Amino acid sequence: MESIFDFSVISNNFLQFMIGRYPNGPLGGLALTLILAFISVILSIIFGLILGLLCISRNSFIRIPVSFFVNLIRAMPLLMVIFWMFFLLPALTGGKFPENGTVVFALTIFTSCYISQIVKAGIASIPKGQTEASLSSGLTYWQTMRYVVLPQGLRNMIPSFVNQFVSLIKDTSLGYIVGVSELTQVAQQINNRTQNYAAEIFIFLAIIYFIICFAFTTLSRWLEKNLAWRKSI
Amino acid sequence: MSSYQFDLSIITNGKFAQMLLDGLITTIQLSSVSCVLAFIIGLNIAVMRLTSFTPIRIFAQCYLEFFRNTPLIVQLFFWYFGSFQILPTFINDWLNNLNFEFAAAVIALTFYTSAFIAEDIRSGILAIPKEQMEASRSSGFSYIRSMHYIILPQAVRLTIPPLINQFLNLAKNSSMAMVIGVGELTYQARQIESQSFKSFEAFFAATFIYVCISFIISGIINIYDKKVLNPMGKGTH
Repeated sequence: MESIFDFSVISNNFLQFMIGRYPNGPLGGLALTLILAFISVILSIIFGLILGLLCISRNSFIRIPVSFFVNLIRAMPLLMVIFWMFFLLPALTGGKFPENGTVVFALTIFTSCYISQIVKAGIASIPKGQTEASLSSGLTYWQTMRYVVLPQGLRNMIPSFVNQFVSLIKDTSLGYIVGVSELTQVAQQINNRTQNYAAEIFIFLAIIYFIICFAFTTLSRWLEKNLAWRKSI
Repeated sequence: MSSYQFDLSIITNGKFAQMLLDGLITTIQLSSVSCVLAFIIGLNIAVMRLTSFTPIRIFAQCYLEFFRNTPLIVQLFFWYFGSFQILPTFINDWLNNLNFEFAAAVIALTFYTSAFIAEDIRSGILAIPKEQMEASRSSGFSYIRSMHYIILPQAVRLTIPPLINQFLNLAKNSSMAMVIGVGELTYQARQIESQSFKSFEAFFAATFIYVCISFIISGIINIYDKKVLNPMGKGTH
């Protein structure tokens, strides 16, 4: 075997990896990946919380359809959700729908269903006596949730949330399928153009994702330890 | 939407039904082969993570962190496009004679899934009381033999529900193999869509099959949980 790796392909295209063709074209690369992930994270928390609360609603006309929807999405591969959005959104809005929006929609729907399960488990971890005590002190169901159950439950959920975000950052790479110019797409473009440096390009790509995700995984582990420690006191 | 004619009959018979069936078979083959390999590797990594010999433990830790924290699609691209540069020629020739797309997908899925399986098995091993290992060691078994005969058989039994769950994830993740041209279910749905322009029917059918697979597997986990692990209805783990 001749000299195996030649990483000059990375340094020559470094800027494109980071921001795509930004000043001359749309923003892409790592910057777009992070933006997509950030927007999806915020939306997923909001919808995940709502779905989670609806899943444990006492009204079965709400609980059963919502639980069915959540289980249905969880039974599908993310790729299928992305394809559904890809065909459904233009049909519903009656025109072209931006690819970035498609991916954000798909990631949000998919992740909020998983987050709703975390929320459900987090709420279930709060002793039932607290809800009963709070209800019998005259608070309504929603006040009980808002002031008593959720503030405690959410703290327990934080490490699982962070783990879910690591998945979400990895999942933004599927934007490649519908032509979003995020990091993986940019890498594939560079790979097509330069031809002979596939191993270098994809090793570098893996390293970028690894650095971001590993940082969050470590954070989640640290939170798990520290939150548990505070609880025990 | 009103102008769209939803017509499932085009995918329930003829060429497209055959394509979906081929896709389903490929998905099952891909998931099963990767699952067996990932279990073997994952088991070893889990044991390596628990040894007291530091270099092996650190290796296992790095392996886990690396494969868990990079997207599967990147790993697929790496093995598909990049393996020619790093693998020796004779292995490349051998893989080419098989079905290279399929082989690359199996390799990527195996490594990716083995990292998750290793974590599940590790927590299964940690759930076995420490005294069992001590008793076994003091009866004269070596560390490896204690693991093999005493700890792992019990740990794997406890780990079966999360393992089946990983198999389910694997079956869902195998859809990503379409990006390197493996003819699994999602790939075939895409083909049907581009040949017939019936995108909703094609993806409805593929989604339906995935959802059936998922519900069957979740059902198996529930039955195992109820009948084997918790026959009396109280929690064991």
